Amino acid sequence: MELSSHKFKEQAGRALGNAQLQKALLNVEKGFVAKRQLAVDALPEFDALRDNARDIKNHVLAHLDLYLEAYEKKVVASGGVVHWAETAEDARRIVLEICRKANARTVTKGKSMITEEIALNDHLTANGIEPVETDLGEYIIQLRGEHPSHIIAPAVHLNKSQVEGDFRRVHTHLREDRDLSEPVSLLGEARDVLRQRYLSADVGITGANFLVAETGSSVIVTNEGNGDLTQTLGKVHIVMASIEKIVPTLEDTAQILRVLARSATGQDMSVYTTFSTGPRRADDPDGPEEYHVVLLDNGRSSMLGTEYQDMLRCIRCGACMNHCPVYHAVGGHAYGSVYPGPMGAVLTPSLNGIEKTGQLPNASTFCGRCESVCPMRIPLPKMMRHWREREFERHLTPAAQRYGLKFWAFFARRPRLYRAAVAVAMPILARFGGSKRRFSHLPLAGGWTRHRDLPAPEGKTFVQQWQQRGHRRSEVAQ
Amino acid sequence: MSVKNSESLAPTPEGAATPQADSARPPRVGLFATCLVDLFRPSIGFSAVKLLEKAGCEVHVPIAQTCCGQPAYNSGDRADSRAIAEQVIEAFEAFDYVVAPSGSCAAMLRKHYPGLFSQDGDQQTGWAQRATAFSEKCFELISFLSDVMKVETTGETFKGTVTYHDSCSGLRELQIRDQPRKLLAGIDGLAMTEMKDPDVCCGFGGTFCVKYAEISNAIVSKKVSSIETTGADTLLAGDLGCLMNMAGKLKRSGSAMEVRHVAEVLAGMTEQPPIAGRK
Amino acid sequence: MSAREAILRRIRSATLGPDGRSAGERAGDEQRKAGVRARLETAPRGVIPARGQLPRAERVALFEEMASAASATIARLSSYEEVAAEVSNYLRERNLPAAIRMGEDGRLARVPWAREKTLDVRKGPSEGTDLVGVSHAFAAIAETGSVVLHSGADNPTTLNFLPEHHVVIVDADAIAGDMESVWSALRNETDRENLAGGRSAGGGQDAAKMPRTVNVITGPSRSGDIEQTILLGAHGPRALHLIIVDT
Repeated sequence: MELSSHKFKEQAGRALGNAQLQKALLNVEKGFVAKRQLAVDALPEFDALRDNARDIKNHVLAHLDLYLEAYEKKVVASGGVVHWAETAEDARRIVLEICRKANARTVTKGKSMITEEIALNDHLTANGIEPVETDLGEYIIQLRGEHPSHIIAPAVHLNKSQVEGDFRRVHTHLREDRDLSEPVSLLGEARDVLRQRYLSADVGITGANFLVAETGSSVIVTNEGNGDLTQTLGKVHIVMASIEKIVPTLEDTAQILRVLARSATGQDMSVYTTFSTGPRRADDPDGPEEYHVVLLDNGRSSMLGTEYQDMLRCIRCGACMNHCPVYHAVGGHAYGSVYPGPMGAVLTPSLNGIEKTGQLPNASTFCGRCESVCPMRIPLPKMMRHWREREFERHLTPAAQRYGLKFWAFFARRPRLYRAAVAVAMPILARFGGSKRRFSHLPLAGGWTRHRDLPAPEGKTFVQQWQQRGHRRSEVAQ
Repeated sequence: MSVKNSESLAPTPEGAATPQADSARPPRVGLFATCLVDLFRPSIGFSAVKLLEKAGCEVHVPIAQTCCGQPAYNSGDRADSRAIAEQVIEAFEAFDYVVAPSGSCAAMLRKHYPGLFSQDGDQQTGWAQRATAFSEKCFELISFLSDVMKVETTGETFKGTVTYHDSCSGLRELQIRDQPRKLLAGIDGLAMTEMKDPDVCCGFGGTFCVKYAEISNAIVSKKVSSIETTGADTLLAGDLGCLMNMAGKLKRSGSAMEVRHVAEVLAGMTEQPPIAGRK
Repeated sequence: MSAREAILRRIRSATLGPDGRSAGERAGDEQRKAGVRARLETAPRGVIPARGQLPRAERVALFEEMASAASATIARLSSYEEVAAEVSNYLRERNLPAAIRMGEDGRLARVPWAREKTLDVRKGPSEGTDLVGVSHAFAAIAETGSVVLHSGADNPTTLNFLPEHHVVIVDADAIAGDMESVWSALRNETDRENLAGGRSAGGGQDAAKMPRTVNVITGPSRSGDIEQTILLGAHGPRALHLIIVDT
């Protein structure tokens, strides 16, 4: 997708005015927040598991080179092929080559954010190969020519009537009297259509939630079963994964799995957790004949050793956006990037540079709810602040904001001058506030007063009054 | 009652007070009023003084206070944040405790100051150690009363039904949730009714509310609707920034809800008209 | 330089570890390698929730409870003798044709299928036309109500996903408290050395490795992608029926 994070403010404005979207966004809170809390409350060890999950990933990141080598060795030993891709372009080229060798005309795809990151679908289509998204949400947005608005609920920005419209538009076999007014009938229709696509696809592409170094396995976690059909029925299975997906062992995977589903959907376990190791064995009755893993860097190795390293612990559960008031207000598309919400506000500048993406880490109230629910204990607000620091250092902060800040800091750093200035200003401002004790308009405060009144000051400042009161008291004491 | 006036701009001389009060004398508390309270609502500052003194503290208000530095810090301006932090540390480090009637400013002092002094040279100059030692004695007002001074009740009266918003920094950085509710439960005549999602942000976010005014408005609109649904007649919270945001929105939408800082009610000092006035 | 080398080089040159120490201060490479090797070999267990750590009877009861919560249906039988009748019964109750498909798994062969005269038992992988698939679970996890199946000559993976109904036979003795215990059991079955892909002397092309596919299945397929309304039967089976056999 084309990056449009620099237009965040305009896009957010449009999102706020979009009644359909606003209605759909209510489902984010309804669908995720309370369910997560219930699941977390039911597991006393949840926080201890979070700590351990964090420690496991920190350990991996400290030895990522060694774990990648160990992982590669196991994949090769099990008959698979590992491809290394430094950039999105490299990854696209590698996947296309594998598809061409397999004479693929259609490929099915399990849900994978990383294929969004490398814009794989466009590349395959441009080269005459049809990609078919099989996750229900992904399928719907593919029909609409859209991108996911959420990393685990890609069509959360849509209402069922919109989906019905899309199915009637594209599924020309549908009779007019077929009832598609409810999600259950929409699901049935998608199931029927996609079943044929799985069975006729030449190549199946999935992402990976984990890559297990011990065994060379890729792990996918899904609820629909689409990822499993994708990777089992094609002649070739391609796993697209980024380098930080590595975990050392099956035991470590079990640890992180316990926090993943709970944080994502409030399930104890997702329905299907599948470990795939190499291609089908000589005597296996089914499974893919070829197994390829494309290991993508695309800027991640450069995050190691920086203040953004912790972001590489992310397991893409979506809890941060599910709990974000800004995401609730504007949805995922306003961010104009592959990854929305708090995790996107940190990751997108790392992947695409801060120059065009600076609005994302700024569009946060720093309420900290994202960090408080992050299963991997990623300090998201802190890292957003680091991006603001990078912007400030490089003079990318908008000039008005920068000068306003410098003007304020000039006084804040000079207490005597500050005291003198506010001693004059506040009583005047208080008088203008009048008996209502608030302003509905105030010069230079339009950002505030456009939507709310500004409470007027009481009069003299606290410090001023304190001094006067203190003097009186000392006089009495004498 | 011992009230001292620290009118000098210079820090209290070394040795004038050794941090951590011995039991023989009352703890010396430096009140960090916060810029918003100082400028907009001094009555919160006086409520804080009353509560602290009643709890047995000796309260000082150093004049060399302006702001905790959050506007600079959250805008990525580390140089100014640090300069302001040095100023605050110098003005306050001699006290046994530093107390602020704001979760967000207290969290800035307690949780974020040490990180501003993490450069290599800061160990040699002693700033790193000073910032850490300083941060450990900084508290938000209500949690200080409850957790440190072990105040069980403030013994005041308030007639009305209140609802309480958990301001984000206080809640998530300083774990302030039960303390204000417990003290409010001890107020005679006060009825408490919880709003839906009291822990969700009001949309203030410091400069966020001006930089992203439309988004902030959407968030505060939702918050105000949760507040009004409670049927309470007074909204309380522990951070003036959030209170000004919510009060401003309530008044703009014609609500009769009265908005106050929780300290005003706990101190029984509600003579001042509420924040943003009455209807 | 190959992409592989370039990526690995960048990782190695990252000057700071997560502990904030510079590269020079970090443990020497040999020490790092030894640490990683040890972790892979010992596979330490982390935090094991108390929930699943129960004596056998309670463990089986917890498994039933958790699997039901995940919308699986459950039958508990005292022997393999009763399994065929239970399957027939399941089909009848749901008005399904008396036909199943299953793999050649020896454990399934212990079931007296022939006694169900009208039951059409087909063998081998599914091609998408079967309504009911029958599998035997390698193990199960009480903590989450999951069944664990793995691929092999006699266990087609397609049976777990293509049929509308998936019937899984679970030995009560194979119900573990937690996933970690299942990994231990799997290593014992396939030999720990080989599970990790031929680490034993002479390694390489060992027959017994981690199976191509290990499926951990918790309830029937579902989706919440339309308005976050959870519906069963997305792309995989609409129903998961677990038959627990006390052996």
